[in-house]
Amino acid sequence: MKPVDFDYERPRSVAEVCRLLGQTGREARLLAGGQTLVPLLAMRLARPAVIIDINGVDELQGTGTENSSVLIHACTRQSRALADPIVRARLPLLAKALSFVGHAQTRNRGTVGGSLANADPSAEIGLAALALDAEVEARSARAGRRIPIRDFFVSPMVTALAPDECLTSVRFPVAHGVIGTGFQEVSIRRSDFALAAVAVQLVLERGVCCRLAVSLGGAGATPVRLTAVEQKLLDTKLGDAELAEAGRLAHDGIDAVSDIHASAAHRRRIAGALTARAIAEARNEALVGRA
Amino acid sequence: MSQHEITLTVNGETRAARVPARLTLVDFLREMLNLTGTHTGCEHGVCGACTVLLDGQPVRSCLMFAVQAAGCEVVTIEGLAPDAAGMSVLQDSFCEEHALQCGFCTPGMLLAAHALLQRNPAPTEEDIREAIGGNLCRCTGYKQIVDAIALAARRLSVANAPAADRPQP
Amino acid sequence: MTADAPTGFRYIGRRRRPKEDRRFVVGAGRYVADVTLPGMLHVALVTSPHPAARISRIDATAALKFPGVRAVVAGDELAQATEPVFTGLDLPKMKRYPLAHRVVRYVGEWVAVVVADTRAVAEDAAELVEIEYEPLPHVIDPEVAMRPDAPPVHADHGDNIFYRRRFVWGPVDADFAAAPHKMAYRARWHRSATVPIETFGVVARWSPATQLLDVWASIQMPKYPDNLARALRLPGSAVRVHFDVDVGGSYGVKRGLKHSIVAGYLARKLGAPVRLLEDRLDNMRGGDAHGPDRIFDVEMAFGDDGVVRAMKMRAIDDVGAYAGRAPLQLGKPIGAIVGPYRIKSVAYEPISVSTNKTPEEAVRGFGQAPTNFAIETGIDLIAQQLGLDRVELRRRNLIRKDEFPYTIPSGSSYDSGDYHAVLDKVLAAADWAGLLRRRDAARAAGQLAGVGLSCCLEPSGGNAAFEPLLNPKNETTTWMEACQIKIDLTGAIVAVMNTSSSGQGHETLVSTVVGEILGRDPDTVRVVHADSLGALPSNSPVGSRMAIMLGGAAAGAARKLRAQLIAIGAHNLGVAPENCLYADGAVALAADPAKNASWAQLVEIAHRKYHLLPPGMEPGLQATHVWEVPTGGALPAADGRVQMYPCYAFEAHVVYAEVDRVTGQTALRAYFVGHDCGVMINPDIVHGMTYGGIAHGIGAALYERFHYDENGQLLSGSFMDYLIPSSHEVPNLTIVDHCTPSPLTTFGQKGSGEAGYLGAPAAIASAVNDALAPLGLHTATLPMTIAALGDLLATKDRAGAAS
Repeated sequence: MKPVDFDYERPRSVAEVCRLLGQTGREARLLAGGQTLVPLLAMRLARPAVIIDINGVDELQGTGTENSSVLIHACTRQSRALADPIVRARLPLLAKALSFVGHAQTRNRGTVGGSLANADPSAEIGLAALALDAEVEARSARAGRRIPIRDFFVSPMVTALAPDECLTSVRFPVAHGVIGTGFQEVSIRRSDFALAAVAVQLVLERGVCCRLAVSLGGAGATPVRLTAVEQKLLDTKLGDAELAEAGRLAHDGIDAVSDIHASAAHRRRIAGALTARAIAEARNEALVGRA
Repeated sequence: MSQHEITLTVNGETRAARVPARLTLVDFLREMLNLTGTHTGCEHGVCGACTVLLDGQPVRSCLMFAVQAAGCEVVTIEGLAPDAAGMSVLQDSFCEEHALQCGFCTPGMLLAAHALLQRNPAPTEEDIREAIGGNLCRCTGYKQIVDAIALAARRLSVANAPAADRPQP
Repeated sequence: MTADAPTGFRYIGRRRRPKEDRRFVVGAGRYVADVTLPGMLHVALVTSPHPAARISRIDATAALKFPGVRAVVAGDELAQATEPVFTGLDLPKMKRYPLAHRVVRYVGEWVAVVVADTRAVAEDAAELVEIEYEPLPHVIDPEVAMRPDAPPVHADHGDNIFYRRRFVWGPVDADFAAAPHKMAYRARWHRSATVPIETFGVVARWSPATQLLDVWASIQMPKYPDNLARALRLPGSAVRVHFDVDVGGSYGVKRGLKHSIVAGYLARKLGAPVRLLEDRLDNMRGGDAHGPDRIFDVEMAFGDDGVVRAMKMRAIDDVGAYAGRAPLQLGKPIGAIVGPYRIKSVAYEPISVSTNKTPEEAVRGFGQAPTNFAIETGIDLIAQQLGLDRVELRRRNLIRKDEFPYTIPSGSSYDSGDYHAVLDKVLAAADWAGLLRRRDAARAAGQLAGVGLSCCLEPSGGNAAFEPLLNPKNETTTWMEACQIKIDLTGAIVAVMNTSSSGQGHETLVSTVVGEILGRDPDTVRVVHADSLGALPSNSPVGSRMAIMLGGAAAGAARKLRAQLIAIGAHNLGVAPENCLYADGAVALAADPAKNASWAQLVEIAHRKYHLLPPGMEPGLQATHVWEVPTGGALPAADGRVQMYPCYAFEAHVVYAEVDRVTGQTALRAYFVGHDCGVMINPDIVHGMTYGGIAHGIGAALYERFHYDENGQLLSGSFMDYLIPSSHEVPNLTIVDHCTPSPLTTFGQKGSGEAGYLGAPAAIASAVNDALAPLGLHTATLPMTIAALGDLLATKDRAGAAS
């Protein structure tokens, strides 16, 4: 399983990345962590003429804060993000999601931006980003722009990025108040692709849910926000009846795919169960009082 | 075919080579440096037999190209023992508990375990299973491997262990 | 201690570090991919995208022009230059060549090989080979394939039945008629395999100057050198297989004869060494190493007390597009067709069916694991039907210890056992009552939880009487093993074994046995693997035979040497041998032990002091022992009765599992196994293989399946979809040992290389079904994946409910 032959570039700056991407007539792939791209190369399902390795671009490394947002640059290793005190303190849902991503070994190379750009429907980071209303920053030789995460995932493995664009960072707004988070996933083995995964972040005010974000991945073509669930449960105390209703709405309201690992019907069932469980997890966390 | 000059450190030695871009790190180690202790079991990043330490962290060397490792420090199974004739406490513990049979997954398993003990000198069984969760074994059912890693942790934590046997920070 | 019979064991049965481990933990194992020869060329495969098609055109022009490419070879050339690949059945109209000959019969079948300077270049060029196909009708489902109107996978053969026979042993129909209860059920064991982490590989080098083909391979196969030689039309003495290659796991499947024929042919054609190394995709689709794919239809006749009196079993096995050795896996279970139970009459109808899928190969247990699953499924169903406790039911049915040796209806005699004792031990260790309480507490909290149990046998010793049984033209009754031991002039002991090893610890086995007999530290006994020209006959590690057969051969040779040492000592001490004591390699006068001959002195006399050697004795110290499998040597009777394997190990598994009511995920929370394989020569090695066998069983029970769609496409052809259990999926395992020695072997040892795998799937199914029982659900299909259990559980959902 040897890849096709390709040219290899290792730019040192975002500008250089963009210049390379912008050159016409070359079919290029960006290489970040490689944990998803390299298997595709090995199986010759990806056959680029050029690989642009962005691991050497310092501007794409690290985390920071900006007003009330946390900024994670694209090539930040998942393991580094998971251990980052800012992420753990201000983006607890992302921290939870990161612990489900692959194995320790793959997190040592895999990147936050790479996972988003890869757009696997079951990927945990994209799921958390969707629940957190994140914003993706992309640059090309032409321009830079911000893409709301709701517009970012188009279809399996396809994003809104243009062929000459590089995802440079992702910006996560930080929630305030009494926050609870929940992350539930079902995969066949511990670190396999999720058959379905649900990410929840909510805010409770005197026991009543005043903000709720629920996203679901793994079941359909892209991760989705369960807006019907959110609307139904807002301003409630998230009791058992509400949770059961949330599960029902999730089960009935989503598109799901069938494959050898689970039928569409079963993915829906799992989605319904996980929605209720994840909201319960978040509610319980908030009730305990994570400030 | 694009060729690239690279220099990197492998098991403490500086190595220089000229590599095709598409040559993976594992194939580079095995074929160009003749370090055949690192194995390929799947070439798509699932089995973990290709695990090496890259700048101290365990990674799958089948998912990297050699050209990406320029300037990095790589440690393979051949570099795990304190000296050419010996074995580390961890390797010796694997022998004591018979934590292997065919030996094919063993180098990757040892490096994953080594990295665990570096960062967590008193792992629980769950910590151990988590650390080797990305290394597949078909021979052992993992039981004796878990026992061996736990034994190594106990031995390394003994206060009067020789300095050479303590994990390096 | 007298000169002849040791009392108790000094080394056998003790915890000793296996010798092999040392080289593996430092990365100094030498696997086939580590064998590099100057000028070595590499092979990439061009494979069929169709399940059935005529090959109408192959054009390698573009591929041959690619820089670095040395050759492209396809099926016509190979079919002319080689003999068809060996098959175990009598199937004259089914010819199998390494490369498809005019017709492809499964997706992934090798159509052409490209040879180049590097594997990467060979793969580049393989994409340039142009092949045109005319698709033909295909058949994927084995029951459809059995119909007379099904498209034949082999047109010349006519239909898709490779083998079919109905054996009847005892008054089955009468026993059924007389029984108060009957039960019929189907058990389905979907296709999986033991899939080693190392794929198969072979390196071949032909030397015209010596007319010798050197072969290094990741091989575990009886009669590999001679089958390879025959296919290449070479005399056996022109093929030298190097058995000192470390094999990275095999568990039956590494029989890469077709790979080896290709490599050998190419090496001779091109005058350069050739390596053919499967990558993982090659391996999964076209490596021809899939495992049993079984449909069992079983009927049991039993009394009010639950004692099973008679059984009818039809076993369909879908062997895929070609028959190698795999169809014989329907025959081996005949040697334990009633499991550990006193079933008095049996009708067994094995049917080997061909479909357009990857061919099966031998897998750990050689068909015993699925058969045990089928039998145990029935035992649990009987318990459920009669409202009997599953443990008690088994107690009533298990062969009792005073009944051994016990002959089963199909002719095999079980050598020894105490099944009730093993069962009692594991139930105690597992705290069966405690597990039931734990289960009940989980159920009270709204969970699905179950406790499972299985009792089964591990036939061992490798008397492959299923060969003549399923193919009367093959009158093979010799299943021998050999060992040669030398003590050199320095007094160093070298033992030579004659086959490869893939993790079973044979070097430790042999050195322990030799050390035991000679009274020398096993760590001082070096064990080497001969190559096939220097080797004595061997039948390789299959059928859990090596502890018995290699252990016995090593013991036999060691005993000859010990007798020789005693004779030399006695001669030089001026007494008869029976007046001597032998201890630790020295011979002493029984009456006055101060008068003795040391090891060094004995060695020197043997090698150098002919004048002190007993008259007529050969100089030097070397001995060989070649022996036939105990109880072997007979052809089957007309009704198929025959002694299969000689020794029967026993295992009893206890499992506690929880199943998620909605998702269908199964978590194994506790796992115990009682194991009796007689005397264990090295307990850590035996335990290790048992743990590994259980892990294989967990995979087969819950996760692993070669999943085909209706177009014969393999949907689980990489490790992303074929899911091997990790350290998270295999729980902590506890083995409880018991020992009923075999009366047939040197030390009382039985084989155990297949342990764990044989009983684990049945036990896990037992636990899952116990968990499902309160819902009135049952499954007898493996694997019990999330998909399967999820959909099954949903049949009990109220409309619209989700929790």
